[in-house]
Amino acid sequence: MSDTTQVGPMRAADGTPLKKSLARALRRQKLRALMLIAPLLIFVLVTFIAPIADMLFRSVENQIVSDTLPRTVVALKDWNADSGEAPGEQVFAALSTDFQIAAEEKNHTKLGSRLNYENPGISSLFRKTGRGAEDIGKTFMDQFVDLDKTWKEPETWAALMGSDSWLADDAAWIKAKDKKAPQPAFDLRDGVAAALPTTAAVYRTFARDVRIDGRKSPSDTKPWPVLFSALAQDLAVATPDMLSQIAGGDIARLQAAATAVDSSAPYSFKEAFLDIDKDWGDVDKWETIKAYSPPYTPGYFLNAVDLEQGPDGIQARPEQQKIYVKLFVRTLWMSLMITFSCLLLGYPVAWLLANLRSSTANLLMILVLLPFWTSLLVRTSAWKVLLQQQGVINDILVWLGLVNDAGRLVMINNQFGTIIAMTHILLPFMILPLYSVMKTIPPSYLRAAKSLGATNWTAFWRVYFPQSVPGIGAGSILCFILAIGYYITPELVGGTNGVFISNRIAYHISSSLNWGLAAALGAILLGVVLLLYYVYDKVVGIDNVKLG
Amino acid sequence: MKLNQTLLATTALVLSAGAASAVDLTLVSWGGAYQNSQLKAYAEPYMAEHPDVNIIWDESSAEAVAKLRAMNEAGNITWDLVDVTVSDSIRLCDEGLAKEIDFDEALAPAPDGTPASEDFGDTLVNDCFIPQIVYSTTFGYRTDLVGDTPPTTVCDIFDLEKYPGKRSLQKRPIDNVEWALYCDGVAKEDIYEVLSTDEGQKRAFDKLGTIKDQVVWWSAGAETPQLLADGEVVMGSTFNGRLFSAIAEQHQPIAMLWDMQSYDLDGWIVPAGLSEEKEAAVMDFLKFATDTQRLADQAKYISYGPARASSAPLVGKHAELGIDMAPHMPTDPANATNPHVYDYGWWADNRDDLDAKFQAWLAQ
Repeated sequence: MSDTTQVGPMRAADGTPLKKSLARALRRQKLRALMLIAPLLIFVLVTFIAPIADMLFRSVENQIVSDTLPRTVVALKDWNADSGEAPGEQVFAALSTDFQIAAEEKNHTKLGSRLNYENPGISSLFRKTGRGAEDIGKTFMDQFVDLDKTWKEPETWAALMGSDSWLADDAAWIKAKDKKAPQPAFDLRDGVAAALPTTAAVYRTFARDVRIDGRKSPSDTKPWPVLFSALAQDLAVATPDMLSQIAGGDIARLQAAATAVDSSAPYSFKEAFLDIDKDWGDVDKWETIKAYSPPYTPGYFLNAVDLEQGPDGIQARPEQQKIYVKLFVRTLWMSLMITFSCLLLGYPVAWLLANLRSSTANLLMILVLLPFWTSLLVRTSAWKVLLQQQGVINDILVWLGLVNDAGRLVMINNQFGTIIAMTHILLPFMILPLYSVMKTIPPSYLRAAKSLGATNWTAFWRVYFPQSVPGIGAGSILCFILAIGYYITPELVGGTNGVFISNRIAYHISSSLNWGLAAALGAILLGVVLLLYYVYDKVVGIDNVKLG
Repeated sequence: MKLNQTLLATTALVLSAGAASAVDLTLVSWGGAYQNSQLKAYAEPYMAEHPDVNIIWDESSAEAVAKLRAMNEAGNITWDLVDVTVSDSIRLCDEGLAKEIDFDEALAPAPDGTPASEDFGDTLVNDCFIPQIVYSTTFGYRTDLVGDTPPTTVCDIFDLEKYPGKRSLQKRPIDNVEWALYCDGVAKEDIYEVLSTDEGQKRAFDKLGTIKDQVVWWSAGAETPQLLADGEVVMGSTFNGRLFSAIAEQHQPIAMLWDMQSYDLDGWIVPAGLSEEKEAAVMDFLKFATDTQRLADQAKYISYGPARASSAPLVGKHAELGIDMAPHMPTDPANATNPHVYDYGWWADNRDDLDAKFQAWLAQ
């Protein structure tokens, strides 16, 4: 037997197959290498990748609708927009509960702004309704209070809703008057959730909000008006049998209320909403709410390419709202122009730098780097002084008699201004890679070409230029990618038709607060850059790029 | 060795004492002459009285809403008191990003005992906003570029034949659409009714469209005075205090056009969610900085009217130039012949819509 050991796989000294043992050793080595770069990797992940991913995630995230209007979203499932009518009473009852809670928590304006991106006018509808929200279903509160004044008291509600152990803890906490002491977590009385589901949920939210807001207790805070309409709705369906399941609460009080409220005339939440604003009867508005109730949405991306989600699927936006495709095209086109003019101006300078005596070249190099050390705003403002209609260049042209005083050239607050100022700012990014590549091209090549009979042009074009292509590639990529994402300079000198898509992103981040759309625009911009990079790699080859 | 130990112990003591009592308050404002007036009128006297309080300034009021929202999401509020316009305060208050204030409790009464809420009167427009100044957005024009007939009404802005040349307008719909409708023949009291309809909005944009080619859009208050000084624009809108400093302090050939000046308020909000110690310190500063004398003092440095009724009689002369400040206030009777009070409530409701339409119109 021992003679035939060679038949099986080769084994290491400890008996494991050699292949496995080798792989393990290699893996250990890789792991050790990984551990060396781990600090950097973690740093990049935490400070760079994660925030970008989080921001980009906002471009599809849409939880706000179902978080703010949870009951309405569920009730809306059965509503069909094709019916041509606004949803029925049941949806409005759910909306009244959701909306009043949202108004207490001040979330309704956020949701209004969110939906306004899709359907202009919803923001004002939500704000207006928010101001009148307290009065919706107020008649229920009046009925309860008419029946028994103690319904207004916070303690009544706390005793009904809270469990006995929580009530005891809470009383102790209030008595201690120590704001720093941990507040007892609210606990629902047994059976309440089953008998009065909506009221229980609303009260739980109330207890939580009261606690977070002011470190107060629900048993000494005025109950929200929405609790009364919620309780009235619950009591209308609750049977005495269900009420009796509540453990140890004041069931008699509830039953008294149940009979009193039950006999009252039916109340219409729909009418209440329509009284505040007739837009609540608008099918269009409800369609938007329904369309944007899922937790994720393509809406921002559609918006970013001038599309929208219409009743019959995806459709183009109205003509006067189409701006983004135009801006993307303009950004790409102007970035190309800027890159090209950088190359045109930078190439001779880089050639001079590479071929002059080193003392002169150093002086020239400082001149190239000088703009780097000057504030960006100063450089941009300097261009304003130079280019404006009463500026230095126009003054000189008028003085020379090349243009008359009335015909001063418009060189700023338009595309021309942006291209000039950006070219100036990005020029060093073109010159430096070009210079570093040209420095490595031996001058003897040119001399050799000429001694073999080439003209100056042929020697340059056939011998020198091909060797400088890696520098051109690196410089162009740098300039182009920087240009495409620039926004300060276009904002200052670009007027209205010289601004980039990045200006819109900045506008949505800091002014309109439409972060979702900003993220979608940013994601598309990133996609375009990566695509161009890929194309560039296929055409020129990324290996040919040399940064130094 | 012994000396070293003593030194160390003393340093530690001093440090811990300093850490225990010193409070850093971060105030956010607009920079420039305005922030300087706040520094001189409020912060310096306050710090002189309270050496343990250190006031740090930030100049980010223009992005206050966005930044406060981001801070709130991150759960880390680094600002303690923020200077904002009314419309921003409405947004912040609605979203629960600003603390609601009990005005009579938090603010000092007038010297004659009138409670703060009465003394501030109509300038208290929501529960979070403590007004400081009344300013106006109005027009200035180059006296040497308008010939012998200087403009007298805001509608001259839209008259390209009589006053050729560029004009500068703020890059936002507020004020501009109102002026456009007013000059398109809408009565002042009907402006917001007309603006509430799609046709009315279109009408406003069409009117603005007649001068769109000749407009330089500004976003920082300093731009119009600069453009006027350079002769780049014939006339332009900006805040009246900026024009005052260009005219009175820098002696530029510029004059004010007060017709249809748009009143606005600027004031403080306290971010919601500050720690208790911070909040106590901020509220103490706020009480000091918004009392009758302090608001009147601010007018020594900038031509904005104090928001308290009781401050008005105390407005004196410019701190450096020595000129009487009252005639330069937007609320002075001679200047307030045809003012426009913009409707905060309407704008709070409709700003999102109009902003989106305006930005799209600009980009077309």
